[in-house]
Amino acid sequence: MALHFELVTPSKLVRSEDVHMVVVPGAEGEFGVLEGHAPFMSTIRDGAVQVYKTEGGAPEEIEVRGGFAEVGDNGLTVLAEHVED
Amino acid sequence: MASLKELKDRIKSVKSTQKITKAKQMVAAAKLRKAQAAAEAARPYADRLAGVMGSLASKVSGDSAPLLLRGTGSRQRHLLVVVNTDKGLCGGLNANIVKEAKKQAKALMAEGKDVSFYLVGKKGRAPIKRDYAGQIDAQYDTSEMKNPDFAEAEKIADELVAKFENGEFDVAHLVYPIFKSALAQDPTTTQILPVPAPETAAESDSVVEYEPDEEAILEDLLPRYIKTQLFGALLEREASEQGASMTAMDNATRNAGDLIDKLTIQYNRSRQAAITTELIEIIAGAEAL
Repeated sequence: MALHFELVTPSKLVRSEDVHMVVVPGAEGEFGVLEGHAPFMSTIRDGAVQVYKTEGGAPEEIEVRGGFAEVGDNGLTVLAEHVED
Repeated sequence: MASLKELKDRIKSVKSTQKITKAKQMVAAAKLRKAQAAAEAARPYADRLAGVMGSLASKVSGDSAPLLLRGTGSRQRHLLVVVNTDKGLCGGLNANIVKEAKKQAKALMAEGKDVSFYLVGKKGRAPIKRDYAGQIDAQYDTSEMKNPDFAEAEKIADELVAKFENGEFDVAHLVYPIFKSALAQDPTTTQILPVPAPETAAESDSVVEYEPDEEAILEDLLPRYIKTQLFGALLEREASEQGASMTAMDNATRNAGDLIDKLTIQYNRSRQAAITTELIEIIAGAEAL
């Protein structure tokens, strides 16, 4: 039970891994994505993407700016123009 | 016949030129590897974005489509965005890009369209100015940038989109070199504005939920798509420049080597001739006694 999560910027593929849950700062509010989420697409506002590697674990925060998130059959893809490393 | 000293100096100068071209070749080879890796790293983003664009654009069509997709409704004024390099020493690369741009301009003008230019990079300015002096709309200087930078592409895209929205042109084409190998860089032309509708219809059967709605997302996505295309062009240009430079400098180094060989033979021959003459003089002198 894992969600495939990819974070992509124009200059590189930042993350591509299986995680438990990701909370994305959507334009109309934050939303959490677990495995088996219905197909969904949203623009995102500037903020932190929280990646929960395991259930109940502490989230890892990645600051992103400008982009959108897409949930499809093959997991969650966040396309961001800038990522703070 | 040049004197021995002149020949010696000539050999020395060719040798130092060879050193320069050799160094430039090695620098280009190292940079090429980096540029290729950067171009490769940018591909996933561009692919995903194009995929999403395709599925969205097929859903939003007709009058409700954003201006960037729909266009101004006319195809009279064309803008050629020509991406050249900032530095020379890269063989025929810039000449080829300019040739492609001029070919497109001629074809469009033959159809009675108005053509103007938007020049990215320094090396396209002079040759395009020579033929189309009054039609250069704007220039964008990228000489400050060491590596292709997304922020740079963003600025160009914003400028283009602003011009488009102000109605300064109807259609924009991007002319840039596509890096095939160190020996071949093909200048190509693609339409960037209005964003060409993707031919591939969305094959997804699942119902996708959109937040906010399709149009709003598309509106947000289109400028990003243009930025990504420009960024891709800058990356291709960088790889092409380094590849072409490597090949050109390799040739130059080899030519310099040939020249040195030729000059060295000439130098040895004249030295030999001088010695022989001297000997003959001594012998003749001795015999006269």
